[in-house]
Amino acid sequence: MQGSTHHHSLRTDATGMHQEPFWVRCVLIGMAYVIVLGLIFIPLIYVFYQALAPGVSVFLDNLFGDPDTRHAIWMTLTVAPIAVLLNTIFGLAAAWTLTRFRFPGRGTLLTLLDVPFAISPVVAGLMFVLLFGMQGYLGPFLRDYGIQLIFSWPGLVLATTFVTLPFIARELIPLMQAIGPDEELAAVSLGASPWQLFWQITLPNIRWGLLYGIIQCNARAMGEFGAVFVVSGHIAGETDTMPLRVEKLFQEYNNPGSFAVAVLLTLMALSTLLAKVLLEHYLAAQDAARLEEASSVEGTT
Amino acid sequence: MEPSGPLSPSSVSLPAAARAPQRRWMRRSPLPGFGLGMGITLTYLTLLLLLPLGACVLKVTSLSPAEFLAAVWSYRARCAYFVTFQTSLIAAIVSATCGLLLAWVLERYQFFGRRFLDALIDLPFALPTAVSGLVFSALFVEQGWYGQFLIPLGIHGAYSKLGIVVVLTFVGLPFVVRTVQPVLESMERDTEEASSSLGASRWQTIRFVLFPALWPSVMTGFALSFARGLGEYGSVIFISGNIRYKTEIAPFLIVSRLEEFAYPEATAIALVLVVGSLLSLAAINWLERRSQRYAG
Repeated sequence: MQGSTHHHSLRTDATGMHQEPFWVRCVLIGMAYVIVLGLIFIPLIYVFYQALAPGVSVFLDNLFGDPDTRHAIWMTLTVAPIAVLLNTIFGLAAAWTLTRFRFPGRGTLLTLLDVPFAISPVVAGLMFVLLFGMQGYLGPFLRDYGIQLIFSWPGLVLATTFVTLPFIARELIPLMQAIGPDEELAAVSLGASPWQLFWQITLPNIRWGLLYGIIQCNARAMGEFGAVFVVSGHIAGETDTMPLRVEKLFQEYNNPGSFAVAVLLTLMALSTLLAKVLLEHYLAAQDAARLEEASSVEGTT
Repeated sequence: MEPSGPLSPSSVSLPAAARAPQRRWMRRSPLPGFGLGMGITLTYLTLLLLLPLGACVLKVTSLSPAEFLAAVWSYRARCAYFVTFQTSLIAAIVSATCGLLLAWVLERYQFFGRRFLDALIDLPFALPTAVSGLVFSALFVEQGWYGQFLIPLGIHGAYSKLGIVVVLTFVGLPFVVRTVQPVLESMERDTEEASSSLGASRWQTIRFVLFPALWPSVMTGFALSFARGLGEYGSVIFISGNIRYKTEIAPFLIVSRLEEFAYPEATAIALVLVVGSLLSLAAINWLERRSQRYAG
């Protein structure tokens, strides 16, 4: 009875799979369009509209005519790469240790890796102020050596590094787990040095995954707001990064200036997306190749 | 029979050593780099994670229990937790609903613009939160593209809780889509076909076959976007207006306490926030283990 009344739902399309009735599909696709266009696409266009509406020359002047904005761009381009570099070294070390060896506390370390994702960026910034600030636990000690971390650029690096800490390790761990240690074990048994092992076996195997992690880490590092907001001290022309500059111009009711910086950040986000799409394409092809290789090896043995 | 000495083939056979179950707490691996990798990992985590967290706890212990309670349970603080919790919860529910719909449509239907929509889903991950806050607050004011239609209807997006929910949904949506999508992709079409060839209606198939399998991943996405909402700062402060008792969120309260140099009080509120987000992290891990059991 049920089967006959719902016979239309058994309609299949060209690939032979069952589908919802045509009108249901249309409604669902329409809703998807409304959500993505309204929540993501129109706001994206609006960033460019707001920045460019007063004219291109005003836009360029807003970006490069203001020394504080210029300095903020420079600051972001300094802080983010350092944070990404530190997290790349850490990510490689952590992924190697956690996927190639078994030891007590391994599970705890894996959980610790996720902690920065669970901590509000503001709290992350606060932790560094408590530790390294002038009234902090290590602040006076460091000051005696002439080191100031908070309200200066090293503090920005610390906060950014903390917030982006999991990105690369989280990308590499499942990848290296999936690849397995067989090739590396073979290389070691054939007498490869640790240096050769890393550059000739491990790195070529993980390079696309690593690049993917670096791209995501960089996007977050350049865009980080909450954590650097707390540690920067908002000294214009000294410790403002691009996102902080956006906020400051917004507070000063300088909307075109604020949107001009936002355009740069949006372009960064869009190039990140483009790179991700291209890389995902690459990674999928690589996965397929690996599967094919595995099945052909199985076939011969 | 060969004597099983240190040079016997069985003890040096590498794949066997790699595959053998790791019963003893540590088995010597022939691979190099354990000391270096472990050293870097532990030093890094100690400096960036454990020391700062320790400083946080130490700072809170400088407060007496009464002072601690006064800091974390003042009227202003309670309002801030409530706003944070309420908006994050609503935004996570909206994200879960819209995210499930988007994952389904993107994974199951072929239509014009599918790849374009799919690529756009990741934008909130890549877009700095300051930009999303800025653009949504501009969209919802009177002259903005959304505000000029909504404000005459009495809907105020800027400087209201509605605005906070909108930006948190923007930030949280990709978490749901990207956790549900792979599950939908890996699900065997066979089960659906079996269910319908056994006489189940499409709705029954969705209700009893698809939904139970998708549920854990939807919940994981929900928890991820909820946890993200609890801590979100950058996008919210632009649009909320930070009106005390009304639209002030807990992270903003921490920052204002910091700017008053009330470090212990700020830390106490931060601790409440950290405990809240660690609980949701624990929930995520638990859900992930559950969904893996479903998948396996």
